[in-house]
Amino acid sequence: MSKPKVAFYWCASCGGCEEAVVDLAEQVLDVVGAVDIVFWPVALDFKVADVEALADGEIAASFINGAVRTSEQREIVELLRRKSKAVVAFGACAWLGGIPGLANLRTREEILAEVYRDLPSVADGAMPREEVEVPEGRLHLPRFDEDVRTLDQVIPVDYYLPGCPPPVALIAQAVTALVEGRLPEPGTVLAPDVALCSECPRRATKPEDLKLERFVRPQEIVADPETCLLAQGLLCLGPATRAGCGAPCVAANMPCTGCMGPTGRVRDQGAKALSAIASLIAPSDPEGVAKVAEQILDPVGTFYRYSLPASLLHRRVGTDGGRPAEPSEPVAAAGGGEPR
Amino acid sequence: MSEARTIVEAPRAATADRFEPRIVAFFCTWCTYTAADLAGISRLRYAPNVRVIRLMCSGRLDPQFVLAALREGADGVLIGGCHPGDCHYQEGNYNALRRVELLKRMLRDLGLEEERVRLEWISASEADRVQRVCNEMTERIRELGPLHLSVPGDGHRRAAVAREPEPVGGEVG
Repeated sequence: MSKPKVAFYWCASCGGCEEAVVDLAEQVLDVVGAVDIVFWPVALDFKVADVEALADGEIAASFINGAVRTSEQREIVELLRRKSKAVVAFGACAWLGGIPGLANLRTREEILAEVYRDLPSVADGAMPREEVEVPEGRLHLPRFDEDVRTLDQVIPVDYYLPGCPPPVALIAQAVTALVEGRLPEPGTVLAPDVALCSECPRRATKPEDLKLERFVRPQEIVADPETCLLAQGLLCLGPATRAGCGAPCVAANMPCTGCMGPTGRVRDQGAKALSAIASLIAPSDPEGVAKVAEQILDPVGTFYRYSLPASLLHRRVGTDGGRPAEPSEPVAAAGGGEPR
Repeated sequence: MSEARTIVEAPRAATADRFEPRIVAFFCTWCTYTAADLAGISRLRYAPNVRVIRLMCSGRLDPQFVLAALREGADGVLIGGCHPGDCHYQEGNYNALRRVELLKRMLRDLGLEEERVRLEWISASEADRVQRVCNEMTERIRELGPLHLSVPGDGHRRAAVAREPEPVGGEVG
């Protein structure tokens, strides 16, 4: 019996998810032994043509990390979708948009102008072009899309592995389930469907009825290593974040920032986290509430740190210079087609 | 959310030259909703642009409701609850205040005009206030113009959504 074929790919991401695969350590050897890796640009020298040569559905599972921002990324994930039985959105960026998703606070034009024209270190201000003629021929660059999208805003996704990066234990579980053919129903997030507080080592110290007069940032206090961080005024998103990571940040005396995403019943992680935190504000008069609320300096960056593209509003509105209400559907890239 | 969708998708009664805003209102059943009822009984006329959704308490307002309304086509969202000290459940309206305050700060950073989300305390007897607030807000949103969102469809989320019958709301965790 031939081993199941597996592909790894990265889109708009930092490389941390690739590290997480390597962090399987000795287990990675078991994985390598149990599967046939057919595509993994960061580690192995397969080409896109090798993937194109495979039959549709021949890859058992593609693990794709990173959000989707360019035409090249769209092209490859559409190809992998066609060639794969299962697609796993690997990590916070692929599932929810992640840190790169915060670019949805700016328009494409603002970003290009800032990076290629306005920064003090830019000398000639040349804008990148998608096509340029050189003596040797015509060169192409991928198109930089209007916005950052989650993987499932581009192709159908079967499973989600949360985290920034996904915890090693969850990766191992997912790969084992795949190899043994014990796959859950499509759409499943491969992590426990409860809030982080349920597995937090400080859980016993979380007050039943918590009200805060002020929020503090980690650099402003020396946090007690055993008391609930929220009770100390730190903005810990544990109550509105999925469990499964084992709370390593909390163990390091740092509040949860929400990388494991929302639990299953929540549609919009930022709104739900905001709701949980807002109800802790002690004052009940408008001025008092405003005074505490303004201590949260960057509400979008705090509550949507990993999920702006997946949120109900998807991006900042009203800065698009009169762009039409309809979403600008990405044009199907070359080699694209009906997924599945 | 299916109810909200029906309400929001009701056709804009747009005339050729006038923009008719769509406003979704979340009214607490004990005060503001009763006041809206009274406005009806009293035959007070006010802008028909406001579609009311009844909540048991303004404290039930999940910020996701506001965002879902905006995503589904609302140009503004009005929230009505009991005056401070009058909440049927003691403190629900204070939680509404806390959530709306923080939500408005976040929506500002997401590029929305402040007036698109409005919180008002309206007691059961203040039918005239329902009339005035609905008229005021409709006019203000009319001045601001339609809210243009640019959101990709939920098409590829179908598997996950089908499995979870309640995409919006529910308890944290």
